[in-house]
Amino acid sequence: MNDKAKAPAPAGRAAAKKELPEHLKAYKHVWVFIEQERGQAHPVSWELMGAGRILANKLGVNLAAVIVGARNEATQAVVRESFNYGADLAYLVADDILADYRNESYTKAMTDLVNAYQPEILLLGATILGRDLAGSVATTLLTGLTADCTELDVDAEGSLAATRPTFGGSLLCTIFTLNYRPQMATVRPRVMPMPERVEKPVGRVIEHPLGLVEDDIVTKVLSFLPDRDSTKSNLAFADVVVAGGLGLGSPENFQLVRQLAGAIGAEFGCSRPLVQKGWVSSDRQIGQTGKTIRPKLYIAAGISGAIQHRVGVEGADYIVAINTDKNAPIFDFAHVGIVADAVRLLPALTEAFSKRLSPHQRDRLAS
Amino acid sequence: MHIVVCMKQVPDSAQIRVHPVTNTIMRQGVPTIINPYDLFAIEEALRLRQQFGGEVTILTMGPPSAEDSLRKALSFGADRAVLLTDRFFAGADTLATTYALATAIRKIGTEFGPPNVVFTGKQTIDGDTAQVGPGVAKRLGLMQLTYVSHIDKVDLEAGTIDVERRCEGGVQKLRSKMPCLISILEGVNEMRIGSLTDALAAARATIIKWSAQDAGVEDIAKCGLRGSPTIVKRVFAPKPRAEKAEFIELGDKPADAFVDELFKRRPKLEAELGQLTRGY
Repeated sequence: MNDKAKAPAPAGRAAAKKELPEHLKAYKHVWVFIEQERGQAHPVSWELMGAGRILANKLGVNLAAVIVGARNEATQAVVRESFNYGADLAYLVADDILADYRNESYTKAMTDLVNAYQPEILLLGATILGRDLAGSVATTLLTGLTADCTELDVDAEGSLAATRPTFGGSLLCTIFTLNYRPQMATVRPRVMPMPERVEKPVGRVIEHPLGLVEDDIVTKVLSFLPDRDSTKSNLAFADVVVAGGLGLGSPENFQLVRQLAGAIGAEFGCSRPLVQKGWVSSDRQIGQTGKTIRPKLYIAAGISGAIQHRVGVEGADYIVAINTDKNAPIFDFAHVGIVADAVRLLPALTEAFSKRLSPHQRDRLAS
Repeated sequence: MHIVVCMKQVPDSAQIRVHPVTNTIMRQGVPTIINPYDLFAIEEALRLRQQFGGEVTILTMGPPSAEDSLRKALSFGADRAVLLTDRFFAGADTLATTYALATAIRKIGTEFGPPNVVFTGKQTIDGDTAQVGPGVAKRLGLMQLTYVSHIDKVDLEAGTIDVERRCEGGVQKLRSKMPCLISILEGVNEMRIGSLTDALAAARATIIKWSAQDAGVEDIAKCGLRGSPTIVKRVFAPKPRAEKAEFIELGDKPADAFVDELFKRRPKLEAELGQLTRGY
């Protein structure tokens, strides 16, 4: 490949035109799949309602919430909550067969709804459930699906412009599903801001039958084993996060990150290479393919700041970066930079913060 | 059992750099590797074969150079490698890719026996979409089991398979039927080092190469760029923030100086951190 060429022409289709087949022109409105499991709506659904509202306003169309679940009060509560997050109307498929998520039943519910009511845009959270479901739905409908978008917009012709990292995260690209419907996209939790919740009366709910009996469904749920809470990280909603990268030099040094986190009441995380090397478990990974965080304070120690990591932390209010290389990309988007060796600075910071934040405790521990 | 593993050869994206001046991807010298997530799929396939007997076929859609990764997969002990390669496949998005792969798997089934299980890794490190597994499952009518952390039981006679599937907040134990597609999580097994016999066999093996026509593709318009509903219109470097980081000089006692400076600039943070630490 000629390195001196201009930014790679996107496979010669930058000039591709919107030529929507006649039968797809009737597809209108923006839909958001409201993910819920065991009676709890996943917060990403509300984040998507916020993003969906902006798209719907630009297009001059309705925003609809799509709820699929058991026929019970918990599902009804989610339906009601959808209106508090801006839904103009809600579509509901309620059946006890849907109590546990299964690909077969949920795919049928979604594709039937789409075929019946024809949305132009369908958004889902890029969660485990969302990623299991979105690919099945898009393939059944033979339409385009753009995963893990960091930005959603509409262009002058009303087409969805979905931006996401590409080439493993080195660049961004904007993807269109010009001539197929619905235009599907998934977005990871915490990428879009949580919109304001405003109490509103329940609006129009259109219910649709599932059209399946249990015997139709092959996969059976034998049991569900909940995680022990103590092992769960709360990175996604943490207000303060400390993370470490390859600049730490060795797996043993990661404890310096944990110690600082402990001293300031923060959650701890890491960049992708540390997970790939097996130094840290994958639930601690921060970045495009890990967790997106929106803390008030983010301290990045020994992290170079490739875009793959950047998109996961851009929403932080105040980013402090520690790196020995003053040209590291992280300094392009951090608020404050310290050119220093993280391995030496981290324990000093732990000490300095402890002194300042809990002097009595520290003295007690020291003696 | 006949087990098919969908494998992809990818650039080692961790090593990809963007040229600071021209904003282009510097591909030269970036090695290609087996998509790391696929290694767990290959290992799981080999374990099933170990337990139940049968064959493992590796399928890759890619350029001719993807032969390298297929040989590596053979050296781990796979029985057969199929390279689906054709210029008509170029530029495929996930929908067009799953069309081609599904067609090839059908052909593999006809030639070598229908697969009981099709494995994929969780996602690729270049596309990162995790969409191809579900797409292949849908097209072939396979039971779809993603985010599988463990295969608990396979009952060949009854045709059932029990798996543990990671979900939000816990693990689902599922029972489904074969043929099925399983996308396996990373870290659930340890990749073996292939035996010397396998390594020698791999070096000498004939990789089966199929063009679109060989694989039995019925509608070439569903492949490659033409068959892709999604269109990449723009590739760009992220906008640099208007203000880069402010480098602060910290002097002799950098840690103390930094804490002072931080709380001077963000006074509210001191109270917040204080609250968080008292919670411990």
